[in-house]
Parts: sequence; structure tokens; C-alpha cells
Amino acid sequence: MSSSSSTLTATGAAPVFYDNGDHHPEGSTLLGFWMYLMSDCLIFAVLFATFAVLGRSYAAGPSGADLFDLPLVAVNTGLLLFSSITYGFAMIAMQHGKVKHLLAWLAVTGLFGLGFLSIELFEFSHLIHEGAGPQRSAFLSSFFTLVGTHGLHVTFGILWLVTLMFQVRKLGLTFENKRRLVCLSMFWHFLDVVWIGVFTFVYLMGVL
Amino acid sequence: MNMNLSESIFGRLNWEAIPYHEPILVATFAGVVLGGLAVLALLTKMRLWGPLWRDWICSIDHKKIGIMYMVLGIVMLLRGFADAIMMRMHQAVAFGANEGFLPPHHYDQVFTAHGVIMIFFVAMPLVTGLMNYLVPLQIGARDVAFPFLNNFSFWMTTGGAVLVMMSLFIGEFAKTGWLAYPPLSGLLASPDVGVDYYIWALQVAGVGTTLSGINLIATILKMRAPGMKLMNMPVFTWTALVTNVLIVATFPILGATLALLTGDRYLGTNFFTNDLGGNPMLYVNLIWIWGHPEVYILVLPVFGVFSEVVSTFSGKRLFGYASMVYATCVIGVLSYLVWLHHFFTMGSGASVNSFFGITTMIISIPTGAKIFNWLFTMYRGRIRFEVPMLWTVGFMVTFVIGGMTGVMLAVPAADFVLHNSLFLIAHFHNVIIGGVVFGIFAGINYWFPKAFGYKLDDFWGRVSFWFWLVGFWVAFTPLYVLGLMGVTRRMSHFDDPSLQIWFQIAAVGAGLVAIGIAAFLVQLVVSYLRREQLRDLTGDPWNARTLEWSTASPPPDYNFAFTPVVHDTDAWHDMKQRGARRPTGGFKPIHMPKNTAAGFVIAMLATAMGFALVWHMWLPAALAFAAMVIAAIVHTFNYDRDFHIPADEVTRSEDARTRALAAA
Amino acid sequence: MSAAHDHHDAHGDIGYHATLKGYATGFVLSVILTAIPFWLVMAKVLPPDATKFIILGFAAVQVVVHMIYFLHMNAKVEGGWSMLALVFTAIVVVVMLAGSIWVMYHMNANMMPVDPHAMRNMP
Repeated sequence: MSSSSSTLTATGAAPVFYDNGDHHPEGSTLLGFWMYLMSDCLIFAVLFATFAVLGRSYAAGPSGADLFDLPLVAVNTGLLLFSSITYGFAMIAMQHGKVKHLLAWLAVTGLFGLGFLSIELFEFSHLIHEGAGPQRSAFLSSFFTLVGTHGLHVTFGILWLVTLMFQVRKLGLTFENKRRLVCLSMFWHFLDVVWIGVFTFVYLMGVL
Repeated sequence: MNMNLSESIFGRLNWEAIPYHEPILVATFAGVVLGGLAVLALLTKMRLWGPLWRDWICSIDHKKIGIMYMVLGIVMLLRGFADAIMMRMHQAVAFGANEGFLPPHHYDQVFTAHGVIMIFFVAMPLVTGLMNYLVPLQIGARDVAFPFLNNFSFWMTTGGAVLVMMSLFIGEFAKTGWLAYPPLSGLLASPDVGVDYYIWALQVAGVGTTLSGINLIATILKMRAPGMKLMNMPVFTWTALVTNVLIVATFPILGATLALLTGDRYLGTNFFTNDLGGNPMLYVNLIWIWGHPEVYILVLPVFGVFSEVVSTFSGKRLFGYASMVYATCVIGVLSYLVWLHHFFTMGSGASVNSFFGITTMIISIPTGAKIFNWLFTMYRGRIRFEVPMLWTVGFMVTFVIGGMTGVMLAVPAADFVLHNSLFLIAHFHNVIIGGVVFGIFAGINYWFPKAFGYKLDDFWGRVSFWFWLVGFWVAFTPLYVLGLMGVTRRMSHFDDPSLQIWFQIAAVGAGLVAIGIAAFLVQLVVSYLRREQLRDLTGDPWNARTLEWSTASPPPDYNFAFTPVVHDTDAWHDMKQRGARRPTGGFKPIHMPKNTAAGFVIAMLATAMGFALVWHMWLPAALAFAAMVIAAIVHTFNYDRDFHIPADEVTRSEDARTRALAAA
Repeated sequence: MSAAHDHHDAHGDIGYHATLKGYATGFVLSVILTAIPFWLVMAKVLPPDATKFIILGFAAVQVVVHMIYFLHMNAKVEGGWSMLALVFTAIVVVVMLAGSIWVMYHMNANMMPVDPHAMRNMP
């Protein structure tokens, strides 16, 4: 709220009904983006609910215990976690105005993300080759959709990250670019939060 | 190679998709073509293409977008109502040897389209349009938080409507009812394009709605005028806030559930199939978790409209402001706890049914509190029965009765008899028409002068109201009777002749409503022709209480030359009481966002992608998707998004207002 | 008037200050909270039911760790609206998950029993 408008009456003075023209509303982008993330939570909630209901419907086909390669999932989880902290380093660089460091950490984050996606694609293609594709059973449909939707989000995140790298290189750390980096930061960490749900609920519990 | 290329371009689209053999559709198409050509000719002759593109299609002004939403809703009302008239006419005659004039596969599309259009492309746009237009004005802001996103949201909604309309002439629509339950909507039972049109129309429109929800929440939370605490906001803004919270918290559920159905239809997944582990009941469960909050999304804004109208036309502050706010919030939260009452009969058993039956009855209580508050506002007020107030009183009687039939249905044992009967149909039309439609008309009559600078014609407004009110009761009371007698919904033919008289009465009722709609259209035309006599120069023709009435009618692009400073609820009333003086000089340049074509372009690409996916035209779909992503990225490289309205332009606009006020 | 005048510094806008210590703490906690569940499941240390509860608990804690250390969530960001939105969303998600599981369990339980011969020949 602008400090140059008075909202209350000064002692004895008539009430002010109009601002003197300096009023500027606060930025809404960060709150708006947070609201978008909340809506994204609900998409994942539907997919988790579906997995909860259909996750044991193997249709006489393979189960999670038969299929999941937990060491590989652990590696993948590690990659995503590392990518979260490297994005954190990028944000610290941004705060200090160090563009080169920022771009470097963003690139590392992107590489970790690509690593995550590659392993996931490898896992998916392996399952499909074994006849355990999404059409095999309701369990597998839910698995591929939940994990795949998360992977799609990571893909869009990487696309956004690359675009932002170009934009920061081109225009520097303008207000808009910094705001976008903060939004991407929220998005990226949010995806790691969802992954906690995925590896716990889908992989670990799927094997039990 | 050639075959493959042609298949990936054209998919399953071929000339057979055009319904040459359906006379009703051919006639409709001819009408649409002729009407469309007339409109195009008029636009060309009056040289309106430029202004149409620059000032409307590319506009990021919430007022223009709000008006476009209203236009969309009213146009689609005519389509959805045509479906209603067809159903009433058909059911009035389809007895015994008479098969009626709509074969079953056509009748099924009519009732499906009727429901989809009325909910998604009439009620939602009209309610969104009102919120879009009014919320920034009511909170003293210059626009919404994300003006570009607002434009994009509107065109996505329109894109969804376009897809539904295209299904009339290319292919067919779904035959599954408006919620498209599997396994009927699955690939085995509905291999045709109908359900695909349904899916993509709703997905495209749903994105628009969700983004609009985010937009309005951010606007209300962050852009209120100085001094306007939350508990000082107009009640309409409060209901808009809760509505948009519901939108953001439920439309993703619809999107995800439809995506699962899409997986079943396009990728061979087994979410809702009968075999390989699928469970169709899961769809019903998920879709109603969306579906119940949706009906509150429709009705809460009109509760807000009624609060404003009752307060203005009783000349009194709204009774129980705080309890209205709490009731709205409680309704919002409780709306997530009742969804199973839509499928009591699906077999979840007594314990589950009892829980949801009880929560359903509890949710009627805050709504009851609101009715009492409106009545107490009217009590000892100086009531002026202008047209908006007529709609309000009509609402109070109609909606309350509809709500009571809802409480009847909330009892699981009763619902076992009444579920999917015409009693249910009568109930939800009772609350949607009595609530949402009456509220929209109240809102349109109330705020039209603000948006266009002249009032709507009073006589035709009253004609429209009375035909709607009487027509509604004549059309739906027979359906209550039929439902209690055990008649099922969605039937296209009956053998029991004793039922016919009720359907005939209902058809008469539909005819009366048709006259009511016609009278509304006449009202619009007559008001335009008489606009100088109906002109309002004050900006406040009703002596109202909230900030939108402090601006000129119509408001300038920037809404407020100086942001108002708020001290109390009913801020404009407060300003009038305490002799606030409108500033007539010292204007400064005003920071505004620029118009842009990006929203329209991306939304139309999304629509094209939807159409391509319907027809399995994989190559065009992939290209459209890539184009969307590229267009969005290109848009993000545009950093030149705003400008300043120069001070002397503001001065000129405000001087014009000063002169108008002097002349009033 | 230049655009810069109209905006606050992004740093001030964010409402938090990211620190190396914060990210490092969050990272270490997350590694521990991930490693233990993986170990519990892969080494089959405890019976399955106990394991399920424990790993769900660890997941919940790790989500909170991410929220605090990576997403900088607290009751003051954006005037408390972020926290309120998060709490509301969490409630809706819990209601949806618990409700769906409860409802679908009952639906399935009340389905007609299937003839064992037909069950064996199911696709």
C-alpha cells in the first residue's frame, strides 16, 4: 500500500475519499501462481485417489512388487532432490545479482531434470516391452498416468527453465525476469513435493 | 505411404460426418449460414472489423470481457433453450404409436447438449461475466490482477462453445447425458465422435474457467482500494471470492477425471472399463466431487446479486452482513462434504448414505439464513419494485420451494424412489432457474445502465419476468407430479397415455418461457432504440450503495481517475452521506495494460487442437499443440505490455463527466 | 513515469530471504527422510502394515520440510493468504482422498459376488 495516501482522518480533519494518484496495487503474480499450484495439487489428488482405488486391480497381471526397480527409483528421487537444491543455489545467486552463477546453476538443475526424465522414460519403455503397459490393467493405467503426469510437469518445467535462461541472458535480471524465476522456483519445488507422494504411495507402498 | 499421410491429416473425418439426412439439422445449418452471412455483411458495411478486432477481440479490459461473456451466455441460451423446446414438444406427442419427431439417437443428443450448454456455456459465462465486470469496480481497482489471462480465459470458454456448436454440423454430439458416465461414454459403447467433442469442449473451456478463478481471487485479495478491509467489501464481491475459490479448488478435478476418460478412449487405459480392473463407479464418484461444488459456483454469485439488489431497492443496509459472509464461507466448505447425494442409489450402503444425507441437510441451513437476512433487509425498508426487485422476489419464492424439494431428496430412502425421476429434473431446474437464471436477469437489469449508460425498458422487463415466472411453474409442476408417479428422466417415448396430459401442460409452460425470452430480446432492442429517453447521466440511477455506482456510466477505461479511499461497508453510500466531493482536476497519467492478440490466437489454436483430436487428425493436432506452445513462449518474450493514459486524456474524460453530472 | 517506479524490488516482493543454510538443512533432512523409508521397504525390516504407516508419516514430515525450507512457507508470506490457501487445499485433498477411498470401498463391497468359474475366465 502506498504510503502517500491517508486512509484515516487526521485529528479533526475531514475524511479523505480519494487517493492522491500515487496508489499502486501490490504485485499479485506470486500469489496467483501459488493459487495455480494449489489447483495443480487437485489434479494430482484425483490421480492419487484413482491410484488408491485402482492400485491393486492387477487384472491377473503383474503387480508393483513384480515390476518396480526400487534402487532405480531411489536414484531418480536423488536426482530430483539434487535438482531442488541446485535451483536453490540459483535463487541465492539471483539475490546477489550474479547472473553467470545463476545461469550455471539453472543449467545444472535442467540437467538433473533431464536425467530424471531419461530414467523415467527408460523405466516406462522397459515396462511396456515386458507387456506391462498402461493398457494391461487398471493398476498400470493409474501408475502410468500418475507418474507420467508428474513427468509431463517436469518436462514443461525444463522447457520453462530453458526459456528463462534465454530471457535472463538477453535482458538481464529485470523485475519481470526475477519474478518469473521465483515462480519457476515454486513450481520446481512443488514438483519435488508431489514426487514425495509418488515414491511413497506408488513405489514403496506398491511393493509392500 | 500416401494412405498413412492422408490418415494422419484427416483421421476419421470424412464427408459422411455431415448430417445431410437430418432435416432439422440441415434447416438449422441453413439458418446459421444465412444469419451468419447477414452479420458478416453488416460488419463489413459498417466498417466494424477494425474496431471489433482492436477494441473487443484483443481487449484486456475487464469491462469489455465481461460484456463479451454475457453475449456468449445469451447466445448459447438461445441454443440450449431450442433444445429444451424440442424436448418438450417431442415428449408431449411421443406416446403409443406416435414415435415423435426425434429418433432416439437424436433425442439423446438433445438432452445431453441441453445440459452441457446450459451449465457450461450459459450459466458459467453469465455468472463469470457479471463477476468480471463488477468486481474491479466494486473494490475500486482499475482492472483484474492478470488482464491478459482474463482475455485468454474468455476465448478459451468461447472455444469450448465453438466445439459444441460444430458438433451440430460436423459429426454428432454425445448421447450420454451431460455428465457422460462410463461405460456408456467409453469406447465400446460410444465409439463415435460425440463423447470426444464433449471431452475437448469441456477441457478447453475448463482451462479458461480455472485461470479466471485464479485471476479473480488474486484481484480481490490484492487490489482492493485503500481502507477496504475484507469485512467492508460489497457482498457480491464476497460471494465472488468464495465462488472463485471453489472454481480453483474443483475445476481441476473435472479436468483430471475427463482426462482419465480420455485415456480410456484414446490410449486404451482401463480406468472406467468393465474389464481389466476398471471401475466405472469411480468416475461417478470423482465427477460429483466436482459436480456438487459446481452448483454452488453457479448460485453463490447470484446470491451476491440479490444481496446488492435487495439492499438498494429497500433503501437499507443489508441485514446481517457478517452472517451473510460467514454463511457464504460455510456453504463453500460444506459443498465438499455432500457429493454422494447424487448417487445414493449406486450402492454404497447405509452408513455412507446416512453420512452424506445428514451433511446435505446441514448445508441447507446457511442458505436459509441468507433468505432470512434478505427478508429482514426488506422489512421496514422503502421498497421500490423495479424490475431487478421483481426478479428477486420471484427468486425467493421459487428457489425456496426448489430448495425444499432438495431436502426431500437428501433423505436417502426417499431418493431411492425419486432418483433419476422427473422429480429430480424438476428440483434442479427449480433451483437453477429460480436461483441462477432469475439472478442473472436481476443482475442484467440492475447493472445494464452502468455498463451502457441507459436503463433497460421497464415494460418489456416486466413482461419478460412474468412470462418466465409463470412459464417456469407451468413447465415444471407437471414434472414434479410425473416424478412422484414414477416417471423416469431421459425417456424419448412412453406407452402410458394417462401421462400425456402432464407433458402437454409442461410444453405450454415451455412456450410461456419462450415468450419470456423473446420479451427479453425485445427489451434489449427497444431499450437501444429508446436509449435517449432511458439515458442515465448520473452514473447512479438507482441511488445505490457500492463503489461501481460512483463512476460514470459507462465507466472510462481506467475506471477511477483517483482510487477511492474506503471507510465503511457500502462505500459509495458512505461517500454520499458524508458529502464526498468528486475531484475535478489535478489528474495524473494512469498506468494501464495494453491490448493483445495473443490470448485469442492461443485459444483458437487450442480449439483447433481439440477439433483435430476429436477426429483423430493426429498430425494437425500435434502441429496445433506445437503452435500453442510456441505462441505462448513468443508471448513471454514480449515485455512491452503496458502504457500510460496521458493526464490530459484523463482530464478530458473527467470533464465530460463533470458536464454530464451538471446536466443530470 | 518509468515502469520501475511502479514496482517494488523483487526481493521485497518475495517476502522471504533464501539462505544457503536453509537449503542445506532442508536437503539433509530430505535425504534422511527419503533414505529411511527406502531402507525400511527394500530390506523388509518391519511387517508391511507397520512399514506403511511409518513411511506415510515420513512422507508427511518431508512434505513439511520441503514447504518450510524450499518453498519458504510461513504464515506471513503474502499476508497469510498462501498459508490459508495451502491449508484449504490440504483439507479438500484429504476429504477427496479419504472420501473416495471410503465410498469406493463400500461400493465394491456391495457389488454382487462373482461366480468363481466366471471369475477364472475373466479377461
